[in-house]
Amino acid sequence: MFTGLIFLAVIIGSIVFHVWTPWWWTDIASNWSAMDDTIILSFWIGGGVFILVCLFMVYCIFRYQYKEGRRSEYKPEDKKLEKGLTWLTTIGVVALLAPGLVVWNNYIRVPDNAIQVEVMAWQWGWKYRLPGKDGKLGASNNRIISDDNPYGLNIDDPNGKDDVFVESNELHLLKDRPVKILLRSIDVLHNFYVPQFRSKMDAVPGTITYYWFEPNKNGEYEVLCAEYCGVAHYAMRGKVVVEDEGSYNKWLSEQETFSSFTAKNIDNKLNKKKLVKINNLSSNKNSILKEQDVR
Amino acid sequence: MSDELNINKKRKNQIKTKSSAASGRGETDIDYVRPAELPEQDLYHGHSFITKWIFCQDAKVIGVQYTLTAVFTGVVGLILSWMMRMQLGYPDLFPFLTAETYYQMVTMHGMIMVVYLLTALFLGGFGNYLIPLMVGARDMVFPYVNMISFWMFFVAVVVLMASFFVPGGPTGSGWTLYPPQAILEGTPGSGYGILLMLISLSLFVIGFTMGGLNYVITILQARTRGMSLMRMPLTIWGIFTATVLALLAFPALLVSSIMMTLDKVLETSFFMPTIIKAGEALSYDGGSPILFQHLFWFFGHPEVYIVALPAFGIVSDLISVHSRKNIFGYRMMVWAIVGIGALSFFVWAHHMYVSGMSPWFGFFFATTTLIIAVPTALKVYNWILTLWRGNIRINTVMLFCLGFIVTFVNGGITGIFLGNVAVDVPLSDTYFVIAHFHMVMGIAPLMVIFGAIYHWFPLVTGRFLDEKLGKLHFWITFLGAYSIYFPMHYLGFIGVPRRYFEMYDSPYMTSAVGMNEFISLAAFIVGAAQFIFFYNLVKSLRLGKPAGKNPWKANSLEWLTPDVPPTHGNWGEKLPVVHRWAYDYGVPGAKEDYIPQTTAPSEVKDAEVEKT
Repeated sequence: MFTGLIFLAVIIGSIVFHVWTPWWWTDIASNWSAMDDTIILSFWIGGGVFILVCLFMVYCIFRYQYKEGRRSEYKPEDKKLEKGLTWLTTIGVVALLAPGLVVWNNYIRVPDNAIQVEVMAWQWGWKYRLPGKDGKLGASNNRIISDDNPYGLNIDDPNGKDDVFVESNELHLLKDRPVKILLRSIDVLHNFYVPQFRSKMDAVPGTITYYWFEPNKNGEYEVLCAEYCGVAHYAMRGKVVVEDEGSYNKWLSEQETFSSFTAKNIDNKLNKKKLVKINNLSSNKNSILKEQDVR
Repeated sequence: MSDELNINKKRKNQIKTKSSAASGRGETDIDYVRPAELPEQDLYHGHSFITKWIFCQDAKVIGVQYTLTAVFTGVVGLILSWMMRMQLGYPDLFPFLTAETYYQMVTMHGMIMVVYLLTALFLGGFGNYLIPLMVGARDMVFPYVNMISFWMFFVAVVVLMASFFVPGGPTGSGWTLYPPQAILEGTPGSGYGILLMLISLSLFVIGFTMGGLNYVITILQARTRGMSLMRMPLTIWGIFTATVLALLAFPALLVSSIMMTLDKVLETSFFMPTIIKAGEALSYDGGSPILFQHLFWFFGHPEVYIVALPAFGIVSDLISVHSRKNIFGYRMMVWAIVGIGALSFFVWAHHMYVSGMSPWFGFFFATTTLIIAVPTALKVYNWILTLWRGNIRINTVMLFCLGFIVTFVNGGITGIFLGNVAVDVPLSDTYFVIAHFHMVMGIAPLMVIFGAIYHWFPLVTGRFLDEKLGKLHFWITFLGAYSIYFPMHYLGFIGVPRRYFEMYDSPYMTSAVGMNEFISLAAFIVGAAQFIFFYNLVKSLRLGKPAGKNPWKANSLEWLTPDVPPTHGNWGEKLPVVHRWAYDYGVPGAKEDYIPQTTAPSEVKDAEVEKT
């Protein structure tokens, strides 16, 4: 009696919690509402099975509690029942799997008009690279990363010359325009994850991975690292700003390109030899200005 | 004892003459069982304290040794989980909990619980104790190797525990030990800690292989007369299949451990690509971090079933005995265990949907993963159909079985979420995953372990565990654990990532502060409740109600030994002879509501038994 009632209470409690939970997912800000829908579908089918199985169990506890002298039914097998249950389960599984595969198929096929954005992860922070006017990112290689070449770009690749460097943890994206996130890491595994965009993928050193989404709501979003990357993993956060074309282009124009970066670097080196003092002052001033702009 | 063969031969001849004489009248000997084919071998009998209790070759003692050592590591794992929950529920309150120690605890908790507690307890503990008894053998086929197996495990545990005391502390790389991070400086314990972990794992695998070969060969070769494969209790089927999986899966862990040790010590580049640290490129080049993940999960996913299959088997037997009813659909259950075991080698990359492996794998692994749901669901149906029209004793053992069904179904269904590749994208690496696997391979198997201990304690010690304390232990553990992990799924929906030392003040994470405090409190209580269980064990060992022979009125062989608790050699003078499966409960026409496996058909003439 007592036992059956508590198990019943557990089932009802689970349903009540699910219906009235204040903890639910963040408002979606990308095109991946199909993922949410698949989760909801899984909830209906899976939750239904959970409730039915548990209720049947509770029924058995009430109905077939031990009585001295009663015999249980002796029926080792029931082919028909077992077959029926097998088919029913199979149908349920197919109903869950099919939409899942469709969504996945969309997830791995990037639309042609997607803007490429390189996310570069390191212990522990983010920086980004955008293609210039040509829409193409230059080839890169981690081994040639240096102070003069922070993204390890191939200097002979013409596509790289106009690449835009965003050496800050803040990335701006254009609303309603798909982005293809290309992930690089210079040290360990990381994962570029914004809960509101639903999508994620690991950044793996030694290879370039990708995923895509289309941000569809203006706003500021927090970037989290979702793959354990060492002791400061929890603090490895960044920021994504989704905005309209005007402010986006303004932000974009304030970023440095590879060629201007290199030119400045060469300048800096020449200046260093001659005018150490002045150069120090001016570069400090530059960096302060830049920070203010970002805010 | 070795006269048995001669007796058997004589008997065989008698039966031949008898049956040929009988066939003339259209009758056969209904009690006929095929004779033994090989003579028995004498066992080594220990006489000194050391050979009887320490370097012992008796599988039962080895089983208890495995159990005690595994439970000890489990207590360590429990304390680590308490400290993690202290940090997560009440950040900043405990200054000694730094990010370094937190990640070290996460890692050690995970590895200890999965490998050193659950695997060792199910296969080393229950396997050793139950296999020879349940198949009617006198001992494992290689008792000496079996002894070494335990001592390798023991050394592995010592090495693992030693890592708490080396400079830098234990590794904090997460139980998955993903390189490059695991052996680089940004991770705590990337010096001695990770090295000791890898050595300990290698020792564990070596030790386990010795034990595993024993379990498999004993089950295949040393079954007593009449114990056909399809008459074995499901406990044995579960342990057998799990052991086969382990023998095939652990080598992947061993090679990845060795390769990573080489990467660490000799700076080879199996898993290490070009890495820039502090602006300088390290000497590594060309290795693949994803290769490690494939190797790890090729071991890691079968590992889930290495824990789950023995639990499936044991819980089937417990449910059947205590609802006084045959297990429903025995053959289906056997094929489901074998099928799940086989399929479990084709699903590993569902742990890697967002790892950066070829995205085309997603289709394949999502499909195989969801196929596994079918045999698993059938097992669940068969458990509840075993309860149906049974005569259910609601005792502590049954309570734990019921708790298992609820937690397993819950965790199984969230597994369908995560296995379904597109649903996994938003949920992977969040607290949803933590909730899922704790429910399905933490709490559910633990429920079975507790149920099994309450069930077999009378066999091992001759005394019952205290029922009142047992029920108290169950309710706190079940309700507490459920209220830890059920709400935790919703943290995952919010998007809270796992392995976060601190949440900071992201708006959606601060909404979970109250829940985190609640979960922590529940975890402290559930942990503390386990000491009720330990108290019960110690108390009942001396003061428990004497159990006598076969106290649960069970059918399987382990309850039918001449001595209780069974002594070395298990069966006294003569090995038992098996005439039926282990599930003849409530047979119409039989006097009692159970017919032990050794009962010959002629002794229960009126029973309307279905042929098994």
